[in-house]
Amino acid sequence: MKVVAWHRSGRVRLPRGEGPWAWLAAGSVSLSLLLLALLLMLLATRGLGHFWPSDVDQVTLADGRVLAGRAVKEAPLPDDQGMERLYRTDNRDLDGDIWEWVPVPDIETLSQPRDLVVLERRRWGAFIGRLVAWLPAQGERREGAAAWDALQARLAALDRQRDAIARLREESLLPLARRLEAEGEHPRTVRALTEVQARIRALHEAMAGDVLILESVDGRRLRQPVEEVLGAMRPNAMGPGAKLVAWGDGVWRFLSEGPRAANAEGGVWPAIFGTILLVMLMSLVVTPFGVLAAVYLNEVAHQGRLTRLVRIGVRNLAGVPSIVYGVFGLGVFVYGLGGRLDQWFFEDSLPSPTFGTGGLLWASLTLALLTLPVVIVATEEGLARIPDRQREGALALGATRLEMLSRVVLPMATPAMLTGMILAVARAAGEVAPLMLVGVAKLAPQVPVDGDFPFLHLERKFMHLGYHIFDAAFHGNDVQAAMPLVYATALLLVLVILVLNLTAIFLRHHLRSRHGSLSRY
Amino acid sequence: MPVKQDTAPRRGAFVDFTPETSCLEISGLDLRYGDKPALRDLTLRVPRHRVTAFIGPSGCGKSTLLRALNRLHDLNEDVQMEGEIRLEGQDIHAPEVAVAELRRRVGMVFQAPNPFPMSIYDNVAFGLRLQGGLRKRRIDDIVEWALRSAALWEEVEDRLQASAWSLSGGQQQRLVIARTLAVGPEVLLLDEPASALDPISTLKVEELIRNLKSSLTLVLVTHNMQQAARVSDYTAFLQDGELVEYAPTDTLFTNPRLARTENYITGRMA
Repeated sequence: MKVVAWHRSGRVRLPRGEGPWAWLAAGSVSLSLLLLALLLMLLATRGLGHFWPSDVDQVTLADGRVLAGRAVKEAPLPDDQGMERLYRTDNRDLDGDIWEWVPVPDIETLSQPRDLVVLERRRWGAFIGRLVAWLPAQGERREGAAAWDALQARLAALDRQRDAIARLREESLLPLARRLEAEGEHPRTVRALTEVQARIRALHEAMAGDVLILESVDGRRLRQPVEEVLGAMRPNAMGPGAKLVAWGDGVWRFLSEGPRAANAEGGVWPAIFGTILLVMLMSLVVTPFGVLAAVYLNEVAHQGRLTRLVRIGVRNLAGVPSIVYGVFGLGVFVYGLGGRLDQWFFEDSLPSPTFGTGGLLWASLTLALLTLPVVIVATEEGLARIPDRQREGALALGATRLEMLSRVVLPMATPAMLTGMILAVARAAGEVAPLMLVGVAKLAPQVPVDGDFPFLHLERKFMHLGYHIFDAAFHGNDVQAAMPLVYATALLLVLVILVLNLTAIFLRHHLRSRHGSLSRY
Repeated sequence: MPVKQDTAPRRGAFVDFTPETSCLEISGLDLRYGDKPALRDLTLRVPRHRVTAFIGPSGCGKSTLLRALNRLHDLNEDVQMEGEIRLEGQDIHAPEVAVAELRRRVGMVFQAPNPFPMSIYDNVAFGLRLQGGLRKRRIDDIVEWALRSAALWEEVEDRLQASAWSLSGGQQQRLVIARTLAVGPEVLLLDEPASALDPISTLKVEELIRNLKSSLTLVLVTHNMQQAARVSDYTAFLQDGELVEYAPTDTLFTNPRLARTENYITGRMA
């Protein structure tokens, strides 16, 4: 479309001769882009905003009750009585709930005291209130600001101790336990195992013992073991810089840690890892198969009615609902192939299945099947775009058909194959329905790659961002509380797909630019 | 000028060569695409180390004939062929003839330049590498020789690793000729090699054709009668899949024996 001067004599001019259709088309495109931008903004604000340590309000009501929490939203009261405000007050162990609706007209005073602390805990969720005293296992009791300083120092030490325990468990305990299982009770193994267990126990004991005395804003006291505390901050006393650091830390922990509290809290690292690994395995399987099928259909097969029928069939396979592929994968891969493999190679561990249950391998094969038509169609289109004179040129130099295909046609079709792979990745990374049948798990904190032979454990169940969203949104105890994590996970899923696609697009661009533009096709 | 009467026999008027001086012998060649006949009972001999041009209106079968000479029709399942083509006395359809080897001996240059999406060097080395067993130094030498033979060396010697697609159309066509020469063919088939080129590039390609005939047998298909007159030694005029007249180029253009030929070359064809 030619760009016409828009501002002539101050009036916006319509491009002449384009008529309303151009505007309609442009309008549809803008609308789609706008909706996409809105979606991403919603995900970003709701999801990432969750990690921002916003101020905590202390509210005194007309009836004398005092509560502290973060304002979440407001809704109108019935009969025009003004608004009521939802506070997230946490303290599930004290109140039995973490939400409190407060009628705005009933609020007497509202303040943001700087000494309010927010503790993130392993059980019962967060605590909002005041830190009264610090009671260490050894040493003297401290109160007030001194208690806060002691707590900060102790938390940093706790982090290191937790890391040490995780490392011991991962690097020593689990391999030893596996060796014990495989080789029988060898005295040396047992001794080593006992030793590691003793060290872990010692670390646990070093962590235990310290206690915090906490007090909620309405004066109820609580003894909190410090080892259960994961983080502590005083949002009202923090400046914007400190808040930004805390926010970055929160985002990082979301990305790098495993989930807690039945997926309603904590991070999503295993799900990120599972999603990327699944998609990469899927690409590894689907690309060669799809390319071979496309080469056969376009270059080898006699172009008759049968080939045409097969081609139509392949194109229509792309429209089969994904859950159907899930059912196929469950029946053929999991029960059929997996059951057979278990009978042949893992008979001693039956009846508990090894490959006869959903796992990474079967999930990636199912997704490969699901995306096979996409790769075939894209590759075939690429092959069809290569002019016959390139093929004849190779043949005229004495190339056999195989040499012509491998040295001229396939290199020229590589960008098309990568396009197919990009489309396949885009489709596969967002699929959840078939995965629920063939191996995704609600909780599998151990990622399927580790230091034990064979390093990649294809039979393991795995976590997936898409399923994590579904699970957190619908299967938690408190859906409201999990919503920010749902948004954040959704944003992350979009970003992961974007990164995977950009990688493939970069690869394609790199291949294209190596020999000038292929636009002369 | 009075129009001549077509008194000659239907099979036309032909120059002939002895089997000793001819490189390609085509006898009784019938070729059809499905039900559509393309070549009818065609017989002619192509002299060795000469340039022979096939001319004729579009669809007369001259390109089809050319493609039959290195068995490019093998790929097309619709093509049915009868008759015999001999290269230096050997039937090219004989079972002991390997088609890849035949195509190395009978090289072909197409209408539109078709360099592969590789570097200039790799394009010329393509056929050599297919044969295998050649050392890098030897390949370097042959590539240089082929590019010199195709009168392209001076233009590309300092950018052999550049993409072949960065060359101009005329350079690309000479590159394709160099690529074909590199595998050492005995016959070079040229299918309208200059029709996609500008006049200067055309002249360069024509000069190249004239220079190559000392070592090669060349067969040229062209629409351009001046070109046929400029570069070829013998010219065959085909019409409707039949050979009409085949004569030394000078004779055919100055003194055609048949009215059909004269009508065509003077542009009075129905």
